[in-house]
Amino acid sequence: MAQTEVKTQEYWRWPEYRRTVSERDWRNSGIITAGVDIGSVGSKATVLVDGELYAYSVMRTGGVSEQTAIKATTWALEGTGIDVGNLNYVVGTGYGRVNVPFAKKTITEIACHARGAHYIYGPTVRTVLDIGGQDCKAIRCDDKGKVLSFLMNDKCAAGTGRGLEVFADLISVPIQDLGKVSLSVDQEPSPVSNTCVIFAKAESLALLRQGWPKERVAAAYHAAMADRIVDLLTRVGVEKDFVITGGVTKNMGVVQRLERILQVKALEPKMDPILAGALGAGLFAKALYEKEQGLR
Amino acid sequence: MITAGVDVGAKFAKVVILKDRQVLARAKALVGFDVLKSASDVFETALKDAGLSRSDIQRVVATGMGRNAILQKPPISADEAVSEVVAGAAGAYQVVPTVKTVIDVGAEEGRGIKVEGGKVKDFVINERCAAGAGTFVEAMARALEVKVEDMGPLSLKSANSIPMNAQCCVFAESEVVSLIHSKISKEDIAKAIHDAIAGRISSMVLRIGVEKDVVLIGGCALNPGFVPPLEKELHTSITVPQFPEFVSALGAAARAANPSR
Repeated sequence: MAQTEVKTQEYWRWPEYRRTVSERDWRNSGIITAGVDIGSVGSKATVLVDGELYAYSVMRTGGVSEQTAIKATTWALEGTGIDVGNLNYVVGTGYGRVNVPFAKKTITEIACHARGAHYIYGPTVRTVLDIGGQDCKAIRCDDKGKVLSFLMNDKCAAGTGRGLEVFADLISVPIQDLGKVSLSVDQEPSPVSNTCVIFAKAESLALLRQGWPKERVAAAYHAAMADRIVDLLTRVGVEKDFVITGGVTKNMGVVQRLERILQVKALEPKMDPILAGALGAGLFAKALYEKEQGLR
Repeated sequence: MITAGVDVGAKFAKVVILKDRQVLARAKALVGFDVLKSASDVFETALKDAGLSRSDIQRVVATGMGRNAILQKPPISADEAVSEVVAGAAGAYQVVPTVKTVIDVGAEEGRGIKVEGGKVKDFVINERCAAGAGTFVEAMARALEVKVEDMGPLSLKSANSIPMNAQCCVFAESEVVSLIHSKISKEDIAKAIHDAIAGRISSMVLRIGVEKDVVLIGGCALNPGFVPPLEKELHTSITVPQFPEFVSALGAAARAANPSR
């Protein structure tokens, strides 16, 4: 029987993934720690062997963050031979950090992002911009990855990944292609004038109805989003080296526009910058374990 | 003298036709993609109800977000455009002459206006965030799968206070979904939604100070669930006039009759 299936695509739905990145033999190594970052939209689990990234997973945060924490951690460990029981110390971070069942300690995502950025990009990092699913943080830190000051927007969806998800659905472009699409215009249009995602969505819809191509509307939306983030960032000041972390780093449309407005190039990441928070947590876990064991 | 006030809002266009302080007709309709056409259609309806034609109207004053779309443009050809603040103050003065504070909550904007004898003394506006306007309740109704007009009555059935953490419409939608998942009743969620918007409106209005009499106008004043939490937040009683969504159009019509005011 012939059947036509009409599928409504969920354009906001971004892909989940896991990787093992080290060839080391964990059995002959010292300390195995994990950092679990339960974000409002995405959850990240990292496994570190002697303070080096060994494996990780990135997945969407589900309705029950406790289950997500377990899933993300076991997924990161999958195929490595490491069992949850082998983990010497686990630190939870992120919005749902209190819901990581096997975490011995929780640390704020601000501290973890600064620490993780220091690990990913090195000691020259002074300003970390973390653009996450439901918040955006500008962090100033020292050469040890210690937080000096920070500013955060967690009240408004404008300038966060959640806003991009809403927009992806509006223009029916998969979220992972959104940045590229927004950069495919010959000339940058003026930014969407509304800050609020709800109003910006209505404004974008009006532009589409006026006959603007998707690319141009996407460019206008991304430009507004970059403006919004720059407002936050300039309030803490941008000192070099400047880096961007969080899920929105996957959107080149936002990253390139930020660099253009700030006239500062962000450092190239040596590993997936979505992991910064979880990596920071994993590194804190190592230090805490060493302290606990009297190793330092 | 016969005048008209046309309030072209973000969502609805409202028309009031006035003859010597007596309302001859009121009409409202959704604003579509073509603002001029939507407003003109409502204007036509009001004229018909009053048994008049455009030439019978001596002066037309426009207000609202889309006011410039009808200024000097036929068929309405409004003679003058005034801000929502001026129109809201003038209209509230018409219905409650003792008014000192006007709270105007529309589809996309919220306003607090300090008034003395119908004249504006001070005001605050939120036009940047949907969480402080009617759109918020509408979006939450969608998440709750309840008709927007049922939201107020539903919330009045609840005596519980569940705090909503989200300040943003987009985030609040997710929060409503998780409240549903944690088996909180629709009544309690509806109440939480109204408490949240009342909290935001009151903190905005408190910036200019609240003095009696307080009059609530705009489309959100039609929502019975919005008034009690707002009264509680502001520690004062609030007057809701009979046709709250027409008050700014009335103010525009009154101003058309007496431009010096």
